[in-house]
Order: sequence, then C-alpha cells, then structure tokens
Amino acid sequence: MSESRLVVGPFNRVEGDLEVQLDVADGAVQSARVNAPLYRGFERMLLGRAPSDALTLTPRICGICSISQSAAAARALAAAGGHAAAPQGAAIAALIHAVENVSDHLFHFNLFFMPDFTRPTYAARPWHGRAVDRFAAAEGGAQRAAIEARAALMHILGLMAGKWPHTLAIQPGGVTRAPGPSDKVRIMASLTAFRRYLEETVFGGPLEAFAEIADRDALMGWGRGDAGLFLDIAADLDLDALGRGSGRYLSFGAYPQDCGHAFAPGLWRDGRQDPLDLTRMVEEVAHSWMLGPAAHPAAGQTLPDEDMREDAYSWCKAPRLAGETMETGALARQVVDGHPLARALAGGGVLARVAGRLLELARSQAVMERLAREIDVSARFMDPAPEVRAGQGAGLVEAARGALGHWVRVEKGRIAGYQIVAPTTWNFSPRDAAGQPGPLEAALVGAPVAPGETTPVTVQHIVRSFDPCMVCTVH
Amino acid sequence: MNVLWLQASGCGGCTMSLLCAEDPNIVDLLAGAGIRFLWHPALSLETGGEVHALLDRVASGALPLDVLCVEGAIARGPRGTGRYQMLSGTGRTVLDWVRQLAPLARHVVAVGSCAAYGGVTSAGENPSDAAGLQYEGTHLGGVLPATFRCDGGLPVINVAGCPTHPDWVTETLMLLANGALGADDLDALGRPLFFAQHLVHHGCPKNEFYEYKASAVHLCEIGCMMEHLGCVGTQAVGDCNIRPWNGSGSCTRGGYPCISCTAPEFEEPKHAFTETPKVAGIPVGLPSDMPKAWFMALASLSKAATPERLSKNATSDRVRILPTHRKPPG
Repeated sequence: MSESRLVVGPFNRVEGDLEVQLDVADGAVQSARVNAPLYRGFERMLLGRAPSDALTLTPRICGICSISQSAAAARALAAAGGHAAAPQGAAIAALIHAVENVSDHLFHFNLFFMPDFTRPTYAARPWHGRAVDRFAAAEGGAQRAAIEARAALMHILGLMAGKWPHTLAIQPGGVTRAPGPSDKVRIMASLTAFRRYLEETVFGGPLEAFAEIADRDALMGWGRGDAGLFLDIAADLDLDALGRGSGRYLSFGAYPQDCGHAFAPGLWRDGRQDPLDLTRMVEEVAHSWMLGPAAHPAAGQTLPDEDMREDAYSWCKAPRLAGETMETGALARQVVDGHPLARALAGGGVLARVAGRLLELARSQAVMERLAREIDVSARFMDPAPEVRAGQGAGLVEAARGALGHWVRVEKGRIAGYQIVAPTTWNFSPRDAAGQPGPLEAALVGAPVAPGETTPVTVQHIVRSFDPCMVCTVH
Repeated sequence: MNVLWLQASGCGGCTMSLLCAEDPNIVDLLAGAGIRFLWHPALSLETGGEVHALLDRVASGALPLDVLCVEGAIARGPRGTGRYQMLSGTGRTVLDWVRQLAPLARHVVAVGSCAAYGGVTSAGENPSDAAGLQYEGTHLGGVLPATFRCDGGLPVINVAGCPTHPDWVTETLMLLANGALGADDLDALGRPLFFAQHLVHHGCPKNEFYEYKASAVHLCEIGCMMEHLGCVGTQAVGDCNIRPWNGSGSCTRGGYPCISCTAPEFEEPKHAFTETPKVAGIPVGLPSDMPKAWFMALASLSKAATPERLSKNATSDRVRILPTHRKPPG
C-alpha cells in the first residue's frame, strides 16, 4: 500500500482560484480537502452604503455570473422594499439572465471541460483524434465556433443590457431600457442564429429531439454533434461512475415571472420532491477561515480569521440545509424541474452533471425564444422603486452554476447586513462542525489515481464537471 | 510575443470580456498578430504541476517573458502578508509572485481597474487591503514602486475599465507586439491614449438631451442622466460610445449612467452610484475643463430654450414626440 498527499493547483479552466488537497492510497483518492484561497470581503464593502449600490457592486463579484448577481441583488432589494417589478421588465431580466446562463454552459463545455480529453494520457483511445480536432486548447474547431457563437449571442446583451459583464440594467423595478419593435426582431434574429449553431455544431440535430430524451439508453445512443462525441467518451471511460453525487439537489427556480418559473424551485432528496424551504439553512464556519457562529444568512456575518487558524482550510463557508449538504447546478435544476432524463441520471457523477448541462442548454433555447416572442413593445419595462429605507429581503435566483441567494437588511436607508451564498459555496464547501465533507470533497473520494500522477486527470474531470465558480464562492 | 496572464484578486470579468472580441475572434486575432499565451487561467490546457514548471522557468529567467498581464488587484492583507490570496498549489502569495515576475517581463499590463488602481476589490473598508500594481487609488505607488519601469522602459500599462473593452486589451497587446506603444502614448494615469483621449460623452446617444439639459428623473427614461442619475460620462475617459460593446451597447445606451469605471477610486463616489449629488440644487462634478460660471450660464439658457420634444421625451421611456419635418423650401 502506498500513501501520498497531493496538492493540486493552480487549478485552471475553472472561474477563479482553487486548490485541492488529496490523500491518495492504493491508487485512489481516500479523502479530499477543497480550498478557496482568495478572500475579498464584498459583504463587508456593502455595509453602510446606499442599498442601490448593491446593484453596482455585487455584479462585480463575478465576471462570469455577473447578471445572476445583478438579478439576485435586484430581487433582494425589491423584497426588502415590498416592491414588484413591472411584469415585462421581469421578462426582459429573465431573457438577459438566460443569455448569460446559456453562454456559461456553452463556455464550460467547450473551453473548460472538454479540453482534458485531448491530453496525451488518452492518446490510445479511439476517440482521441476527434477530441483533439474539436477541443485542443485555443485551436480546436469547437472552441473557435463556441467563442464566435457566444460573442454573437451576447449582442442581445449589448442591445438590452448595455454591455456584459457588469450591467446596471436590472433594477428592482424592471430594466433600464425599453425595447422597441426593431429591437424585438433583432433579438429574435440573434436567437435564430444561435439555434442554428447549437443544432449544427453542439447537438448535430434538432434541440427538441435532444430535450425529449427521457432515459439513459436514448442519451448514450445520441451519436451526433459534439454532444455525441462527449457521450461516446463518457461511455468509454464510464464517467457516470466517476465522482458520483449524493443525489440531494437544490434549486431556487430559474427565470421567475408572474406566471411562475421557467425551471421550478424545490428540493430533491431520497428520490422525492419537496418544496423549497430554507428555514433550516445554516452557513457553518468550523473549517472556514471565518469567525462568529454558524447562522442563517439572514442573520449571518462575515468576519475573516486573519490568523488563518490551523484547523480551517478555506475562505468558503459551509452551507447546510437541515444539516445536509446539497448539490446545485444545471443537473439539480433539471432534476427538480422533473425532467425524466435528469431524474434518470440523479445521483450520478461526471456524465450526469455534463449531460444535465447539455439538456438545459437545449431546453433553454425554447425559454429564450418564448421570452423574446412575448415581448410586448407597448408595455412599461420599469416601475421605478424608491430607495429602501428599512426592511429585509432575500433574492433567490439560479446562476448557471446553481442556486444563488442574496440576503439584505436595510436600516435608516443604509445596508446593515448583506450575505451572499453562491452555488459553488454549496458545492465546494469545506467540512462542517460534524466533519461532513462538502459535495465535491465527497465526490472525489474513490477517484482513481495512476502511478506518478501529480495532477490526476480523473480529479480534473470531477472538479470541472461541477463547473465551479470560485470568485462567486469567495465574494 | 509571449504573454503570461495571472488572475489576482478580482472577478475574472476582464477575461470574460476579452473573449467577446469580434472581427476576428480572440483566438484568431492573437494568433494572427503573433501573440501567444504561455499560460492563461481560462484558456490553457495546463494545470497544477505543469504550471509550476512553467512559472519556475520564467522566474529563473530560463524563459524570457515578453508581457506579464495581471487581472485583478493584489491583496496585501492580512497584516501585510498577502495571504488573502495564495497562488494555489504554489504555497506562495500572489503578491510575492507578482513582485518577482514583474521585473522580469519586458512589459507589464494591468488589465482592468482592479489591477491598475485597486478598483472594486478595494471598495469600502478595503477588506483585503488590496492595491493596484503601480497605483493605490489615485496615489502613484502600489505593490510595485512609483519608479518601477520594465525592461521595455514603460511603467505599468493601465488598461483600466470595469470590465475592460476587449479591443482595449487586444489593441494594447498588438501595439506592444509592433513596438508601437511608448511612454508618450499613455496618459497621466498610465492608460493608453487610444481609448483614454476620448470621453464617454463622445458619441453618447443622449447628447441632444445634454445640450438642452433635458434630464431623465428615473432610470429607464431616455433623457440625459447627468443632472439626477449620477452619470459622469462628461468626465470619464473611454471610447465606449464611439466603439460599441457586445455589438451595439454601452452603459448609457443601456439606459444607465456611466460611473467612470476607467478612473481610480470610481468604486467610492462618496454618494450612491445612481444619484447625482447636488449643492443648492446644482449638480456637483460638472465637466472638469469648463469654467463653472460659463456652464451655469449655458445650462440656464439651454434649459430655457429646450424644445417640448426634448423635455417630454427626456422623462419618457421611449420617443413620444417626433422631430418636426420642415417642408423643403420652394
């Protein structure tokens, strides 16, 4: 029996800074510790400021989930002020949020996740040549195509959000720009071009056909487009068994409108759907470089431990729901929304997470097209909200990477408390007071490590399958 | 020309913006200009041990470095140790790495306002004691001394912005590759003049409203946002309304104010970002190179002369009153 400890980093092709410490024995990971090695303190920067400043500052937590942060801040302020956005404003906010999430999914698949299959370690696999051709870093055909398709799709953000990232377009009362008839047809043209790209390149077939896949066999037999290449690789490497999850999923619900969410909120545990209830949510700090008690985010604080004490190892807090870890992300959203394929994949590993993202990419196109079609150019897109003087509220949204919440408390017209729990805070949390590892830490246990590997490729697949966003995590 | 790109204490948004480059896309643009990433956190295959080996070769001088790009501010806390940001897997702080690598590079480029001046990472109480590479806010001297000059003779080049426009970064790199960016091509805050010689006001679609001081009162109204909504486009450097963002956008085109994100200390305007502070009803922070009395005189004249079309449209969310068409003479 050989034992060793590996420290893996810099861990790139994830958003932000990540270090993973692995205890390896008998050719497999025995335990893992996940460290977010950056602290910035956004929650402290916000204290004492005008509540509306959260709309400028919180998007800048993250350059890849910027609109998600905007949307969460706008909803938290609306809730604190008891204000409702103009319905058509909420619809435009949902549309530009969906554009960001879809762009992130596209980027994750093509630039962050797939390049690992071009590594020389896989040179003998029958699909390796195709993987190199499509996904070699900065050279593969799929990468170029994805970069161009994303930049073109983001013209919708230039039009409706001014720029991306870091827009101020989303406000508690709606959005800052009212689209006219020509804007509406322009948005639809951009979406049509994006659909063509997805169908020709990513899926190699109609999006509706992919979205209708209901079971694992049909999924693995898809055989077309870059999605098909991934599924062939996943079958060959048994990526379903690699990095399996707990099967507990959390979704705050994506794209809220008066008529409901496009993807439903809720919890999935023990094969059962429950309504979303966050009353028993706690952020623990036992192994985080944070001081103060474990608390619900409505009462939470951010007190960094400048001494970086020995028994802690991350700037990330450890959110738990009724004492349990929860996995969040595209797979969780699709499981909670009740999609049969996602339900069939629930509890799975790398395959399940990446297939869940592809499924959502296919389904989101229809959501965006509906939102664009339903734009009523004669409507109001903003019902201006007065600055909040006192109150508290939560803004719960779904970023590409999962459930994102902002909890704000306003006193005498100033921010008196602001807590943010990001998707990767859930997924990449450190151990809690009971010693329970976070979802990634648990998923890494058992990952095979080949002799001599210092940066195990299986670990890379598992980590990247979560699509972590570390800069959101360590706001 | 090789480029090593490090992400320090920031949001990664300048990389995300860079990847929005078009005509040609970022990959073809850089390859076509002979610019090659030694390593980029979002784009390169290499992870972990492979990156250590590369950093060691650069640090030892075995691999000459043409350009060091740093995105994000540099954390100096807690208590001056820099341990609020470790370069993962290396056991060393980013502060330490940047101080070691910067003198080895032919050019150092601060990508974004965080790397340039501290930016949003240094907002409020500046929880992580973050600073820019060569500036701390407006103060010259950051984690690199005020006197720092690269081998190439230039101070840190500040491609400021929150985020930066993709073209500001690509054009800076292409000019460096061509040996066409000198000390005279930077403004007093180290920003390349090709974007810093313009004001955000230039080409703003609200210019006619500005001329008549026809002002929006709420976000979503199409009038000028200077008088009430905190817009500082008349003072902010950037060609944002000359070359658009993401196809056709800019902040003011999106219906929200310019907050001068290319400037040091923009993160602390001393008032709410989307409110204009006023003294006796008069906005403070008028255009910086215009005598105040003249501005006031012109403003009151133009307000008196404002056509109904502009005063009505200014507080509407779309054009309500159309321009009048004069019949051709004769």
